[in-house]
Amino acid sequence: MNHYTISALVSNKSGVLTRVSALFARRGYNIDSLSVCATEDEAYSRMTIVLNGDDYILGQMMKQMDKLIDVKKIQYVKDDAVFRELLLIKVKTDSTTRSEIHELSQIFRANIVDVSNEATILELTGKPIKLDGFVNMLRPYGILELARTGVTAISRGTACIKDLADYKELI
Amino acid sequence: MKKIGAEILINCLKEQGVDTVFGYPGGTVLDIYDALYRDGNIRHVITSHEQGAAHAADGYARSTGKVGVCIATSGPGATNLVTGIATAFMDSIPLVAITGNVGIQMLGRDSFQEIDITCITMPITKHNFIVKDVNELADVVREAFLIANSGRKGPVLIDILKNVQIAEADYEEAIPVKKARKPVAKEAVESAAEAIAKSTRPLIMVGGGTVASEAAEEVRLLAEKLNAPVACTLMGLGAFPASHPLFLGMMGMHGTATAAKACMESDCIIAVGTRFSDRVALNRDRFAKDKTVVQIDIDDSEINKNVPVTHSVLGDVKESLKTLLPLLADAKSHAFADKVSAWKKEEAKKAKMPELGHKIIMEAARLAPKEHVVCTDVGQHQMWTAQYFPFEKPRTLCTSGGLGTMGYGFGASIGAAIGTGKHVVFITGDGSFNMNLNELSTAVTNKLPITILLMNNHALGMVRQWQKIFYGRRFSQTNVQKQTDYVKFAESFGAVGLKIEKEEDIVPVLTKAFSIQEPVLVDCRISEDENVLPMIKPGQTYDTIMTEWEE
Repeated sequence: MNHYTISALVSNKSGVLTRVSALFARRGYNIDSLSVCATEDEAYSRMTIVLNGDDYILGQMMKQMDKLIDVKKIQYVKDDAVFRELLLIKVKTDSTTRSEIHELSQIFRANIVDVSNEATILELTGKPIKLDGFVNMLRPYGILELARTGVTAISRGTACIKDLADYKELI
Repeated sequence: MKKIGAEILINCLKEQGVDTVFGYPGGTVLDIYDALYRDGNIRHVITSHEQGAAHAADGYARSTGKVGVCIATSGPGATNLVTGIATAFMDSIPLVAITGNVGIQMLGRDSFQEIDITCITMPITKHNFIVKDVNELADVVREAFLIANSGRKGPVLIDILKNVQIAEADYEEAIPVKKARKPVAKEAVESAAEAIAKSTRPLIMVGGGTVASEAAEEVRLLAEKLNAPVACTLMGLGAFPASHPLFLGMMGMHGTATAAKACMESDCIIAVGTRFSDRVALNRDRFAKDKTVVQIDIDDSEINKNVPVTHSVLGDVKESLKTLLPLLADAKSHAFADKVSAWKKEEAKKAKMPELGHKIIMEAARLAPKEHVVCTDVGQHQMWTAQYFPFEKPRTLCTSGGLGTMGYGFGASIGAAIGTGKHVVFITGDGSFNMNLNELSTAVTNKLPITILLMNNHALGMVRQWQKIFYGRRFSQTNVQKQTDYVKFAESFGAVGLKIEKEEDIVPVLTKAFSIQEPVLVDCRISEDENVLPMIKPGQTYDTIMTEWEE
């Protein structure tokens, strides 16, 4: 099993997320994460999906998604693209651990966004693997809760997803 | 010009050339029905049940090549369409289903007859819409028709809120957008042509995509150029003339032994508009192992989905074949075609005396009015029809392939009779017939020339056949033994009822039945032990084909 990242431009309409997620459910695709966001064009949203599967599933998933009328462009994101994810993590803190946690956040270039007597909230952006490392380092202090946005990605250079051909226009 | 939503809908249907719709009125479509009444230009056929309307729209679409349209009210009206929509979806039939829904003030409050039909039909439509703003209605209807009838065709549902139907908006007539056939990638076709040229034993496998693309002529040219035998899937029947010397019959679970053998012996399968379903490929890993496989399909996701292929052409079948044909040289060798033709003769010689049910179908093919459409339900009678009825032209068979919908045939017959104006031979079984026999009233009311051949074995024959093979003859719930007198039933509905009980009855009864231009039900009393053969068991390879009955 491998992890693949896929970017898609979809219509910015209600129900589109349901169409995409229902497709994954009925075809039995395993998704690690799915994030949806606004784009430079208000007609479209951008979805970033991390798929857990093999080459056959990747091919099928992209083709099946491409058939959805509301999916306009779809692209497999290559490894050299820029991948980022945002983490918010609330760690148990007391006077003895506060400085250690502060030190760790400096090493990882995380921001401390909230401090209280018994907890600290930290914010970190980076590749998923970096976030994993940070979470692991904080685990001994006691993680009260955490939230990750799921990965979002964009390819390098001037090439843009919006310039791709729409499958439905080709046939 | 200002119009209310319901009028805009009717006008948009007329823009698309719709002259007939099938449906059933109800609370949330009252305004649409009022607009239909006031307009008066569209024929509306009311069925007994919304499922019948959906199947009728499907039969209309399959037999004419036009988009079928059905209308139902919200809630149960809409959910009753579901089986019909799913049937069309599985067989890629262009359909536009229109449903009403409660007004925006009532939406999301579990109001009377409120149901989220767009969510329910999401996995069984190509696309669907809920219209909450009258200003979007016209464009939605136009887009729905375009989606249904382009690319890989399929059903589209439009759910229109009640308040939208009475709200006013500007309406301007528009000319329907026609999607032209797109040219296919030249490199793909060249590579396919090279592979085909290298093969010495090519077999052409014809699927429903050939019918959808109106490419029967191109397939014939391809077969004759390559001297390649042709086998059709259930959905492909009619796309290649049954009387053609290169025709091998149907292939798959109940296909001919010759088609199975030719498939095994071939070194190159040219799959035209077919998706290698499990009823055709059966064992998807071994079906085309070590063979060259050229797949031509308009749906990219079908390429390599079930059976891995060596070459593929993505695009419209007709366009692909038109591009491919000039690149191919005329076949020099007749060896494979001759060999296959000899197998075909041998198989015909070996054929046992047909049983009563098979004979009725063969005689029906001989005696039916020259121009006719055949519709079937699902089960043994469907397979006998596929095996024994010689289909010469596309769009002369309406049958539920992918979904296998028992109860499909009567609605489809109504749609086909109205759409084509031809005589319909509706072949069904007592199991399937009982699912939607209420539509006999629709056929009678509309005086439709439908001859119903009810293969009555007092059992659910196909399931029973599987119980014989796989379940040690434990006939759980398949010896139905209904006591219905179908002749009286037909007469009580205002149709003609006839009966075939023995061989001598066949010709006189069928001759009489086909001479009547109104619904006739022929109760064909056949044995519960007639089987469908040949048979390849699910998941098995073609060499295991069973031509003699064995339990």
